[in-house]
Amino acid sequence: MSMIRCTTLVSLAVLIVSSPATLRAETSTVDAIAEYHAMFGDENPAELWQLRGKNLWEQPRGPKNVALSKCDLGLGAGVIDGAYAQLPRWFDDTQRVQDLESRLVFCMVTLQGFAEERLLKTRFGDGPKKSELEALTAYLVAASRGHKVAVSLTHPAEQAAYDLGRGAFFYRAGPHDFACATCHGEAGKRIRLQVLPKLTEVEGARSAYTSWPAYRVSQGELRTMEWRLADCFRQQRLPQLKYGSEIAIGLTMFLAKNANGGVMTAPAIKR
Amino acid sequence: MADPMRIRAMLIGDLVEVKVLMAHDMETGQRKDVDGNTVPAHYIVSIGATCNGRTVLSAQWGPSIAKNPFLSFRFRHAKKGDKLTVTWTDTGGDTRTDEVAIG
Repeated sequence: MSMIRCTTLVSLAVLIVSSPATLRAETSTVDAIAEYHAMFGDENPAELWQLRGKNLWEQPRGPKNVALSKCDLGLGAGVIDGAYAQLPRWFDDTQRVQDLESRLVFCMVTLQGFAEERLLKTRFGDGPKKSELEALTAYLVAASRGHKVAVSLTHPAEQAAYDLGRGAFFYRAGPHDFACATCHGEAGKRIRLQVLPKLTEVEGARSAYTSWPAYRVSQGELRTMEWRLADCFRQQRLPQLKYGSEIAIGLTMFLAKNANGGVMTAPAIKR
Repeated sequence: MADPMRIRAMLIGDLVEVKVLMAHDMETGQRKDVDGNTVPAHYIVSIGATCNGRTVLSAQWGPSIAKNPFLSFRFRHAKKGDKLTVTWTDTGGDTRTDEVAIG
């Protein structure tokens, strides 16, 4: 009855059978993971986050007891269709470039009266510790399914965010002297079984950017772009990436711009 | 309160194919948290589905079912528009019921 346990067994079986030839084993591993995804098909546990996020978006909440229908994600108050595909972008009211998650924090603080610290304490969920931001993100990203990524760099601040993100992407630092580009600047690299996309080129950037956020089967959680970047920083042994910081938004802008024109499929499902 | 389930029920030929996604942590009671304390067991113990009041599935579950369980099953003798109701109960006595019309 449990698909997750069944498919894990299937993947293992494939691994054992294909061990004699290394090259074949690598291909089979990738195939096995693809097969595992296919077994879930259009059934993605991310939908559980979307359902929760829909309620959080529509119901009056917070100290001010209002719904988020006045929250402007860039296409006008309450417009969610295709909004995520055009983020990050410049916002006149905050006088800064924001991604979806920092924009959500802004809306929940100003419109609903939530304390920012309270929201950020549960920015990433963990089992019973549920994240409202992750659920809302899942719901809003799903509203951009089928839309093409279309971020613009027309405002000087948007260009500045892109430049900052590009700079950070290639900046080597930390005890391992790592940059994002160390892993994501060449095609065909991988960490253990995970194929790493080359994020500096259209193809790799599109496949990666359009499939995040995603449900991570190994964690049983839905993970957002802010989480993805923060975890990349952790893997590089860099200082903790601040949620909604200029650098996080800059990197998102850099990746989104490289992925421009790709069709959004997120929330996706990943290993 | 428990989070909603995602239920799909489609009539294909004379079979209704049901797919249910449940939001549940399914803690086994075997894990330790960062402080070394055992995380108490908390999992779904029984699940049932009824179609227009007739039981079409009844199961007892244990701690070996994965987190956020996905359940798929098929049954006969139903038509489009019939109401399918799924209910689970967990070790904490918490319960959740959701209903969907067969499409």
